[in-house]
Amino acid sequence: MSDMMRVSSNPHIRSKVTTDKIMLCVVLALLPAAGFGVWNFGLHALWQILLTMASCVLSEAVYELIMKKKVTVLDFSAAVTGLLLALNMPPAAPLWVGPLGGVFAIIVVKMLFGGLGQNFMNPALAARCFLLISFPSIMTNFQCDAYSGATPLASLKAGETVNVFNMIIGRTSGTIGETSMIAIVAGACFLLLLGIIDLKVPASYIITFVIFYGLFGGHGFDGYYISAQLAGGGLMLGAFFMATDYVTRPVTKLGQIVFGIILGLLTGIFRVFGASSEGVSYAIIIGNLLTPMITRFTVPKAFGEGGERI
Amino acid sequence: MAKLTFTGGIHPYDGKDLSKDKPIKDIYPSDELVYPLSQHIGAPANPIVAKGDTVLRGQRIAEAGGFVSAHIYSTVSGTVKTIEPRRTVTGDMVNSIVITNDYQYTEVEYDVYDEIDVDNLTPEQIIERIRDAGIVGMGGAGFPTHVKLSPKEPDKIEYCIANCAECEPYLTSDYRRMIEHPEMLIEGLKCVLRIFPNAKGILAIEDNKPDCIEIFKRMTKDEPRILVKALKTKYPQGSERQLIFATTKRAINSSMLPADAGCVVNNVDTLCAIYNAVWNGKPLMERIVTVTGDAIANPQNYRVYIGMSYKELIDEAGGFATEPAKVISGGPMMGFALFDLNVPTTKTASALLALTSDEVSKYEPTACINCGMCLEVCPGRVMPKRLAELADHGNLERFEALGGMECCECGCCSYICPAKRHLTQSIKSARKIVLANRKKAGK
Repeated sequence: MSDMMRVSSNPHIRSKVTTDKIMLCVVLALLPAAGFGVWNFGLHALWQILLTMASCVLSEAVYELIMKKKVTVLDFSAAVTGLLLALNMPPAAPLWVGPLGGVFAIIVVKMLFGGLGQNFMNPALAARCFLLISFPSIMTNFQCDAYSGATPLASLKAGETVNVFNMIIGRTSGTIGETSMIAIVAGACFLLLLGIIDLKVPASYIITFVIFYGLFGGHGFDGYYISAQLAGGGLMLGAFFMATDYVTRPVTKLGQIVFGIILGLLTGIFRVFGASSEGVSYAIIIGNLLTPMITRFTVPKAFGEGGERI
Repeated sequence: MAKLTFTGGIHPYDGKDLSKDKPIKDIYPSDELVYPLSQHIGAPANPIVAKGDTVLRGQRIAEAGGFVSAHIYSTVSGTVKTIEPRRTVTGDMVNSIVITNDYQYTEVEYDVYDEIDVDNLTPEQIIERIRDAGIVGMGGAGFPTHVKLSPKEPDKIEYCIANCAECEPYLTSDYRRMIEHPEMLIEGLKCVLRIFPNAKGILAIEDNKPDCIEIFKRMTKDEPRILVKALKTKYPQGSERQLIFATTKRAINSSMLPADAGCVVNNVDTLCAIYNAVWNGKPLMERIVTVTGDAIANPQNYRVYIGMSYKELIDEAGGFATEPAKVISGGPMMGFALFDLNVPTTKTASALLALTSDEVSKYEPTACINCGMCLEVCPGRVMPKRLAELADHGNLERFEALGGMECCECGCCSYICPAKRHLTQSIKSARKIVLANRKKAGK
């Protein structure tokens, strides 16, 4: 045997779960929603998804090469950002819009703040909001070959009737990945079963939103309106895939529930009182900004702390 | 009924199949035995032999250096070769007595007691016999047992827990003891119960050892003071504070003693040593060591003469079948990685583990993604990720404020971390500095 033996501090074994495996699972979990989007809206959506993802991965790689840092694109985190951003794009948006958002997401929101784990907002959502403000006509135009007219939530807000069944299936207009509640929940179940995400954030988010909407939405706890609100817009995609983003949600258990409640309240306020029918993206990035403070005030009590001597 | 357990913890590959069916085998030492004077928590022992002295097996060669300290005994007969610093498992050089084995194994006479003698012993006499035998916690911590058994108010001790969890992966030494010598363990526990008149004995054992549970239940069915409690199999179930919580639902923090929760916890081998000390008047001279791992030719459980070299254990087990990447004294979660195999076995050496792959150097640590898995598995319910950051930044004040000293260094956070960050290592280093600072301030 060799004279050189490896020495390190305990523990000497490691689990098989790694960051790249987790990120790859998130990509896989988003595939049903992405696939449905492509089927629903056509090949243009596929190109938007692929180009946005490519833009994110390339931005990260180029930035790291220029800054002479280790290239980390193989951890799939940039791919997740790109995919999430693309799923938040209107189906007919020109193909330069998604990639532009990708550059903003990766360079401005992620890399300038220190890369993976250091961004203070969900990069995909921050980029979406950047695009919404910069190119409002493109980002709010949901007309495409398959659908004309407003999104179901906008119709609902305007007092028109919507087909809730179609909304749950996803046969409606909207952004590429947000329309199908079934596809999103299927992907979320995959992540829940693997233990990659848990229900603390999504459940507290959705329950708070439902209660808020029931109290202030003007329709009481009416099943039709509530299910339309749940199935419509970005709520499901946001609650299961973006509010649960590790980096930008509080790390403490209690903090996650507080975070979910804040998101539910903000989404309710934006949807009920806001000018737009949507509000998930803004709710989540505002929640992201509160995350450090929430974490600070929800530090768990250590085991046996304040234990009574008998 | 929900299984008895604690919150947090992990389920690593347990590797116990390698050695669990291998009966305990006697192994005899070769020429030289080394006895570090500090193989327990507390003051080092003071040598009472000099170079050239002839010693017998069972002869005291070092006196406890204070109340929190323990005697050390020669495990062979022979002559004292020298007293000099020798390397120990942690890599430190520790002053040690080195004895040359004469292969005669001439023993001193022991003060053997029969049942009537033992029944007539007062608690003080039992503790005296345990102290005389140099017994320390053999699960790994090495806290002198007579100190543990001398709480301020012995009447308030309600539970004497036998820690039969053996939650560390790969280790089977306690398991073999329980299978082969359950009567020693139970008699040992009964000796402890004689010290604490108001206490019940609990045999706390993980449910991955159903055969032991079965044996214990059968053997204790006429013992009203002894209960058998099956625990959920999970690491670190055998950690003292977690074990007390699992069996009694009492939570103590790091600055409290088990006695504060009315508990006294002893490990399997320690209880066997207590039995030997109280009944046979025999000092602590042997222990069971599991020699295992995928790099070992013939994994085995050995009854080891304390003081013999790890190298001899490996040779006895057929040497290395393949080149080991890492050799560990103890289990993979809390053991020490060795860079020299020529170190002596001590009272706290539970295993020698040789692994063909080193998972620590296989992975490069990457950025923390704030996933929260370390919080999820932490049995101390602190925030390992945050503590490690604070430790790395040297912010010891905040480190303490966030419960850094509540960490038991079990290693769950480093094990689970998907970014493969060395969380336990960072936290451990900061804890050492805080403790050293406290000591300095106290003096």
